[in-house]
Amino acid sequence: MELQRIDDNTWEIPKHGEMKVPARIFASRKLLESVRGDSTLEQAENVACLPGIQRMSYVMPDAHQGYGFPIGGVAAFDLEEGIISPGGVGYDINCGVRLLRTDFTEKDVAAKRKELLAEIFKEVPAGVGKGGVTKLSVGVLKEILVKGAQWAVENGYGTADDLRMTEEEGRMKEADGSRVSPRAVERGVPQLGTLGSGNHFIEIQKVDRIFDPETARAFGLDGEGQVLVMIHCGSRGLGHQVASDYIQSMEGAFGVEGLPDRELIHAPIRSAMGREYYRSMCAAVNYAFANRQMIAHWVRDVFKKVLGSSAPMGQIYDVCHNVAKIETHTVGGREKELCVHRKGATRSFGPGRRELPEAYRSVGQPVIIPGSMGTASYLLAGTAEAEALSFSSTAHGAGRIMSRHEAVRRFRGEQIRDDLAKKGIELRSTSWKGVAEEAPAAYKDVDEVVRVSDEVGLGRLVARVVPIGVMKG
Amino acid sequence: MERYRILPHTADGKFRAFGATREETFANAALATASLMWDWWTIKPLRSIPVTVEGRDLEQLLYKFLEEILYLHETKRFLLGGVEEVKLMEASGGVFRLGAVFWGDEAGGPYEIFGEVKAVTYNEMKIEPGCDGWSIQVVVDM
Repeated sequence: MELQRIDDNTWEIPKHGEMKVPARIFASRKLLESVRGDSTLEQAENVACLPGIQRMSYVMPDAHQGYGFPIGGVAAFDLEEGIISPGGVGYDINCGVRLLRTDFTEKDVAAKRKELLAEIFKEVPAGVGKGGVTKLSVGVLKEILVKGAQWAVENGYGTADDLRMTEEEGRMKEADGSRVSPRAVERGVPQLGTLGSGNHFIEIQKVDRIFDPETARAFGLDGEGQVLVMIHCGSRGLGHQVASDYIQSMEGAFGVEGLPDRELIHAPIRSAMGREYYRSMCAAVNYAFANRQMIAHWVRDVFKKVLGSSAPMGQIYDVCHNVAKIETHTVGGREKELCVHRKGATRSFGPGRRELPEAYRSVGQPVIIPGSMGTASYLLAGTAEAEALSFSSTAHGAGRIMSRHEAVRRFRGEQIRDDLAKKGIELRSTSWKGVAEEAPAAYKDVDEVVRVSDEVGLGRLVARVVPIGVMKG
Repeated sequence: MERYRILPHTADGKFRAFGATREETFANAALATASLMWDWWTIKPLRSIPVTVEGRDLEQLLYKFLEEILYLHETKRFLLGGVEEVKLMEASGGVFRLGAVFWGDEAGGPYEIFGEVKAVTYNEMKIEPGCDGWSIQVVVDM
């Protein structure tokens, strides 16, 4: 495959064959090596062949092979001639990250760290298939699909300020819960307010290093040592089922013949099927917003109970990293509305975007990039350049380099717990084998991922945070 | 005969299941899927649930069949421990039908759940006849 070097961190696959646009990869030589080791680039080429794609098929620095679209893939489509694809969003619709600030420093919580984690572990249902604490009716669930985090706030989980500090203010207004299948609803009812398993986590973190003090202040960071809480989870079985349902429906409506990969199945955005998927996807996005809103509320309760403080734990921001959205971007010198797919990629709006809350409109959007369990995570700021570079998008995490199977063969969960304890990181989980699967060594170097993001200008470095307590689902 | 083999996959779960017949291979694919979440051989056969699915082709049939495991786990707290009475039919109009009985137990108690399969995928899915039976390859989203 021909790969042209644009600069140290930018590579391009020129348009050839059926490709309607080139594919562009943001990666250092080191990251490019792992990207070339699987079918990421082939998948980026396939995306470049889809009808109505604009500018380029983009690949973020943490990319790896996905289904149909690569994970870390960004593609925007014309609203008239373009398509929408469940495979371009992913199964975990609105998998995302929320970051809360506290007024505590590492010293304030040092003695209570274990207790905090134990209480969070008790209050937030983790693991797989563990029922949520809230018994929901189908009627209430349908309301949540329409109202998202707003429903949670109306029902006592958090404040209106949280909504302002959430993408889409915690509610995608085009959502329609009536087309979400009964099966998806059934999977959603017992799981609302649960973390889920795999790479999902709640971390108590401390600010380790501030790169940009002015922006850090605008984001509500006081200084190094400040305690934060990060929540990483998504739309659970409800979102997975919505994705699966529409892959099947689109197969029925359009057939699978001629697709290089069956998970590239798509529908014209203007078609009834395309619109229906979009609205159902929005409903799943709202479910995930409500989910993180409830979990954040319980975490705050725990802090209040254990540390006896009533200082508000304000929300820095909440980002989605698996989603399709209608956004305005510049193509060929003209502003136009596009359907932007971000699958394992984070929006990184620069200063001035009207979608941002007032507090961030002059500095750019907080971009939250979680590391793997027990390693550093980063807070970045969206840039104006990212608009032209990647439709305002950057990476979403570290990305695996070792299979779960291999990780379980090589590591033991209890050993990882002991190793992390030596570094001052407390760990709780429902399963030690699950911990071994998420061993820090099974992931790419997140430092390299954010360095590339910063150098290219996709999102600039604001702060590095490190965990002091981890609850793995 | 080996029921299934877990294959290396960086980000997700991948396996190849084997069987003398398509039915046996589908059943072993179900056990392989369960093995990514819990040790299915430790699950007591205390509950049985009949399962039926339909697909436009064998691939879709397999996708929906394996999805039943996730659905039953998340909505009924059911842990799959065994698959019996698998019947695969090619009905008129090019539709495939599959019926089976899942055996297993309710989650909780002594059972450890160590992983979460979020979804079945079509990625690298293969359903192939071989010299001594069938083999099925699946990648699941984890």
